[in-house]
Amino acid sequence: MSTPPDHSIWPDAKGRFGEFGGRYVAETLMPLILDLESAWDEARNDPDFTAQMDTYLRDYVGRPSALYHAERLSEEFGGAKIWLKRDELNHTGSHKINNCLGQVLLAKRMGKRRIIAETGAGQHGVATATLAARFGLPCVVFMGATDIERQQPNVFRMKLLGAQVVPVTSGTGTLKDAMNEALRDWVTNVEETFYVIGTVAGPHPYPHMVRNFQSVIGREARAQILEREGRLPDACVACIGGGSNAMGLFHAFVPDESVRLIGVEAAGKGIDTGLHAASLKGGEPGVLHGNRTYLLQDDDGQIIDAHSISAGLDYPGIGPEHAYLHDTGRAEYVSATDDEALLMFQLCTKLEGIIPALEPAHALARVADLARELGPKGLIIMNMCGRGDKDVFAVAGHLGVEI
Amino acid sequence: MSASLTGAARLEARFADCADKNRAAFVAYIMGGDPSLKTAQKILDGLPGAGADVIELGLPFTDPMADGPAIQAAALRALNAGVRTKDVLNMASQFRKVDTQTPLIVMGYFNPIHHMGCEVFTKACVDAGVDGAIVVDLPPEEDTPLHSAFETAGLALIRLATPTTDDQRLPTVVTGTSGFVYYVSVAGITGALVPEADPVERAVKRIRAASGLPVAVGFGVRTPQKAAQIARVADGVVVGSAIVDAMAKNGVEEALDLTRTLSDAVHNARNEAIS
Repeated sequence: MSTPPDHSIWPDAKGRFGEFGGRYVAETLMPLILDLESAWDEARNDPDFTAQMDTYLRDYVGRPSALYHAERLSEEFGGAKIWLKRDELNHTGSHKINNCLGQVLLAKRMGKRRIIAETGAGQHGVATATLAARFGLPCVVFMGATDIERQQPNVFRMKLLGAQVVPVTSGTGTLKDAMNEALRDWVTNVEETFYVIGTVAGPHPYPHMVRNFQSVIGREARAQILEREGRLPDACVACIGGGSNAMGLFHAFVPDESVRLIGVEAAGKGIDTGLHAASLKGGEPGVLHGNRTYLLQDDDGQIIDAHSISAGLDYPGIGPEHAYLHDTGRAEYVSATDDEALLMFQLCTKLEGIIPALEPAHALARVADLARELGPKGLIIMNMCGRGDKDVFAVAGHLGVEI
Repeated sequence: MSASLTGAARLEARFADCADKNRAAFVAYIMGGDPSLKTAQKILDGLPGAGADVIELGLPFTDPMADGPAIQAAALRALNAGVRTKDVLNMASQFRKVDTQTPLIVMGYFNPIHHMGCEVFTKACVDAGVDGAIVVDLPPEEDTPLHSAFETAGLALIRLATPTTDDQRLPTVVTGTSGFVYYVSVAGITGALVPEADPVERAVKRIRAASGLPVAVGFGVRTPQKAAQIARVADGVVVGSAIVDAMAKNGVEEALDLTRTLSDAVHNARNEAIS
């Protein structure tokens, strides 16, 4: 038998994960990206930076997050034992703050005076605005006009936190357009501005940096499951838009060949309808937003708009490391539709008293199948990466309920 | 100038010719297929007569993150009209039937080229009489596949230098480049901030010395006055958003009139007293 490939060698010096990743940015940004890379290399090797991170993660974010045995969901699905990694209990209600904390501390360390971010569902925008408030930095959040419409509570939260929310009307007014606009701002305000990217995508070093900041999820979960069950899980499952919560959960388990890593993309109205956000299942390799990865695109290489009920998964690309894990077969990628997510949103709320965000509700749909497949001896960890308070108005609308 | 020149050589000959006449080259940008292939062809064919020394033909892309509102809107108009990369290259072929002298380069983003394949794109450019390309989101660190295909074919892959490109980085940017170097005069998107002549002059001298190539300056040049100022210190002046705007608002004739005004300003700049 051949030795399994060593996945830990990536990213290489060019920021590649196999054939994916890299640094496809306008020349104006290149020197800034190179600066960021050296600042990041210094920071991650500095014990003081790590200690500072650990303190804020414990006292401000509220880590470690619990690993919770979802007994009633396990019973309902009639198979494997399901453990939920409770990252929705973090300050601001999702995993996004793990990464924002790291990037804002890095921005302070680099002497940057202004923070910008893009946001889809608003969770990353809220987390960024929160840290910007905490560290006294002005913050501008770019958000698609369509998303502003469907995520009003988060828009108001960002404004309360002192951030300026800029509506983006270009394109379809969703996450990819917000990212274009953030890049346009960054290229105009290069010296003073730090761009806090919310997912494991973008030009190197972002995919590496964001994975590193999010990997606390998997490190904790691995130690917790070993303590509670005395063994590794059979599978780790997480939803995927850009893929930061999934990469955060997967990273610590990548060397554990016995653990299946399963990412759940948003199938929207169904992959065969063309109205979906499943870049791996329905896309092909291309270059967008600074990296080479799988993208939804037409036969001319024009980007196709994603569709998902969940604003946080509504992105036509995916982090380059997921593209790599997909092509090497180390991780499996499946999908769940809008309707499945809506059903799971309600089921999880009723059975566990946990209102999940629509994003992890997608993951839950595939956990249900997997639990049956693995049977009663199976162990699954699913990342409950965000809470659903932000979604209650949108869900009410979909269910035809007036609030 | 020989009619048989193509590719990087056609570009270099044109810049040399302008230098002989002690004037800057006027580089006019339009978006391919905006608002339709027919109208865009009309303006493209009219540009040399309106004084354009070099033509940049935009390849529309859904996510033009280095462009301001004018060129974003132009790309969307073209895409909504069903225009694709191969259609824009076909515009160049049509243009070559009436003009073999004026250098023509395409300017766009990498994904449509990546999707077509660098070798296929290069061959399509050669067949269409395109002399070079500017690919905004393809820095030297990532451009090897396209760069080597272009080099073999004698086409110019034009690199961008910017106000953030310092002395340490400049050699990376200019090594292996041909045709000319495009200096992005301001840190920002197309058609937004307006450049100042003094820092542009210093940058042009620095880049010319490092590259041995002519330097054309673009981003934010909208008026004849500004174009003339830049023409006194640079080897070429690029105007895009203003021409694209004029066409969107007032049509082909107005856009060509503006091109004529701008090219006159550029061509006469060094003969007039420095204002």
